Amino acid sequence: MEMSSNSRYRSIKDLLSEDYVVAGTPLCSGCGAILTLRIFHKILGGNVVWVNAAGCVTLMVNYPFTPLKSSWMYTAMACAPAGAQGIRDALDILMEKGRIPVDQDLKVAVITGDGAAYDIGLQSSSGAIYRGLDFYYLCYDNEAYGNTGFQFSSATPLGSRTATSPPTPLNPEGYKKKKKDLFEIWRAHKPPYLATISPSHPLDIARKIEKAEKYRGPKLFIAISPCPPGWGFETMETVRMARLAVETGIWPLKEAIYGEVKHTYIPRKLKPVEEYLKTQARFRHLFYPVKNAEIIQTIQGEIEEYWREVYRRELGENI
Amino acid sequence: MIRTKLILELGFKRYLVPPVKRAVMMTGNTAAAWAARLAEVDYIPAYPITPQTEIIEKLAEWIANGEMKAKLTILESEHSMLTAAGTGALSGARVFTATSSQGLLYAYEMLYNVAGWRAPIVLVNVSRAVAAPITLEPDHNDFLSTRDSGFILLHAETCQEVLDLILIAYRVSEDYRVLLPSIVNMDGFHISFTREPVILPEIEEVRRFLPRYNYVNPFRAGKHSAKGVTVLRPPLYSFYKYQMHFSSLNAVKVFKEACSEFEEHFARRYDVVEKYMLDDAEYAIVMMGSFSTIGKKAVRIFREEGFSVGLLKIRMVRPFPKEDIREALKNKKGVIVIDQNISPGFGGILYGEICSALYGFRDRPPLILSVIGGVGGKTLTIDEIRYVFEYLLDCERSGKEPRPILLFREDELEEVKSLLKVGFGGDVFQL
Repeated sequence: MEMSSNSRYRSIKDLLSEDYVVAGTPLCSGCGAILTLRIFHKILGGNVVWVNAAGCVTLMVNYPFTPLKSSWMYTAMACAPAGAQGIRDALDILMEKGRIPVDQDLKVAVITGDGAAYDIGLQSSSGAIYRGLDFYYLCYDNEAYGNTGFQFSSATPLGSRTATSPPTPLNPEGYKKKKKDLFEIWRAHKPPYLATISPSHPLDIARKIEKAEKYRGPKLFIAISPCPPGWGFETMETVRMARLAVETGIWPLKEAIYGEVKHTYIPRKLKPVEEYLKTQARFRHLFYPVKNAEIIQTIQGEIEEYWREVYRRELGENI
Repeated sequence: MIRTKLILELGFKRYLVPPVKRAVMMTGNTAAAWAARLAEVDYIPAYPITPQTEIIEKLAEWIANGEMKAKLTILESEHSMLTAAGTGALSGARVFTATSSQGLLYAYEMLYNVAGWRAPIVLVNVSRAVAAPITLEPDHNDFLSTRDSGFILLHAETCQEVLDLILIAYRVSEDYRVLLPSIVNMDGFHISFTREPVILPEIEEVRRFLPRYNYVNPFRAGKHSAKGVTVLRPPLYSFYKYQMHFSSLNAVKVFKEACSEFEEHFARRYDVVEKYMLDDAEYAIVMMGSFSTIGKKAVRIFREEGFSVGLLKIRMVRPFPKEDIREALKNKKGVIVIDQNISPGFGGILYGEICSALYGFRDRPPLILSVIGGVGGKTLTIDEIRYVFEYLLDCERSGKEPRPILLFREDELEEVKSLLKVGFGGDVFQL
């Protein structure tokens, strides 16, 4: 973990401030998305309007109930960043015209799942980032269309079982394509701040938001969001799943400032990805009834290749 | 009594100002831009599409040179444009936007959302026929496809009407008895690119007519609100939709009130429908949009020839002003509805709407003829209107049931034949 000497977040105790997501939501127990949101929101503070696209989290605010102490705007599946644009632009022009005082200003934040971010909303996200919209984007990536019953999205990793990529004798590996690299797509826009995060590393989240807050423009976060019903693990295991994703190297923690990438956690020794895969029912067909060593090796090989490049670039080591 | 007198005097004074003095030649698109400028809109999310683009070009020019203070953002699609328009209005900004045809359809999902959010934006649609086949020419299918969205729908005939209806639309949309967005429609090319004399109202007078937009519960620091949230209880959904319906119905009355105030300020009179030489007429032609001008000319010619005919122009399409239409067409011997659109498998959309307004009405006209013309920019001539009028008279005399007419002239058929000949490499009609 990077020791950020000038960070106000030195230990987990520094996070115990007010909660803006209170108890009582209709989301699944053990939901990785709401856990990330809770940590994220603590750092962001209460003067936020969340702009949402269709996904699991949409059901969090269900008339007349909301667990949020902040504001909420549901748009539609493809256009949450455009909704954020409208609010930001309106607040800006009204302040410029002197119609509202600056202390009534709000932070504008988008929250969507991977379906909206990687697929149907890619165009509107690209537009908003390109325009330099001053906003936060929190993508909770549970690696499939979770809310509709876990069908694959372009965020689904190789080998995953989903409702639309069932493992069969003809198709033993399950999902055959590789996960789309949204980080790299967003990075190509050179936004001021871009990071991956994990609910298993709350200090890392806090420090990243702290850093992002200094920039005006798009501040983008992609969070690994373990999903108990979709991934198939016990609800108390959410944080362990997220931590395994980081420690096996399949979910790197990194940031990019104006496109310059730096990893915020570099594991000296990667745990074998098997440890991560075998704990989840979505990968069960890779181990049972017979082990599909080829696919597991492909996944492991890609992780190692990724990290070799990171070690070389950021540590100057050739492994 | 005193108040009435005062208004009359004021009105009289205003009438004394010769309106032509301030008339400027401008296109419908420029008139729309002027309306946005005069309404002092705060926010303009936009996206280019022919034939609407001139509107945002004009606004961009004024904002760039400091003549207008507003935020203009070019989004990456009409879907995003309309989303931003809606959330902008919910944040307390007066919002103007414009599109056409494919753009309107691309934004279609958000039309229902923006209306459901009760975000009182004004959207100008410059009518253009919808693909396929792809074309730039106008008809009304794009505009009429929005009629179940919850938007207030107004259709302008002239460049002046474009400007005036936009100002009136803000009054109606922002009224708390309505609080629904509006679409002001104009026909592509015929109005969008045609210069006509337009009287530009004075900004002070517009301010008196149109007070500043003041949204009840905008997004602000320290004030929590949740908008557009899910409802999972079916009665709640029905409740909100019924509310939208009743609010939309209110717009007839609110529009009429706004029009009478508009007349006091600007000396131009509007209503939900326009009756042209209609009151004493035995026969009526029902139309909307710029082709009504052709219809009115036909009416004058037929009148000179001794036929008792008038024209009913539908200005407000949603809410559909049933009472006004019933009253206007009461006891007519026959009605011709000319649709500049086509619903394949049904026919003319306006025809269906007019029939439903009249059905069950005791004094309804016995004959209603459906005519489709001007689809995809096809012109409409006086001779064609004469043809359908004679057909109506023939049906009346003979007791024949009128059949729908799809207009297609000999010269047009020849043109199509020659094009098909090139396309097929032979005379397709001989195959």
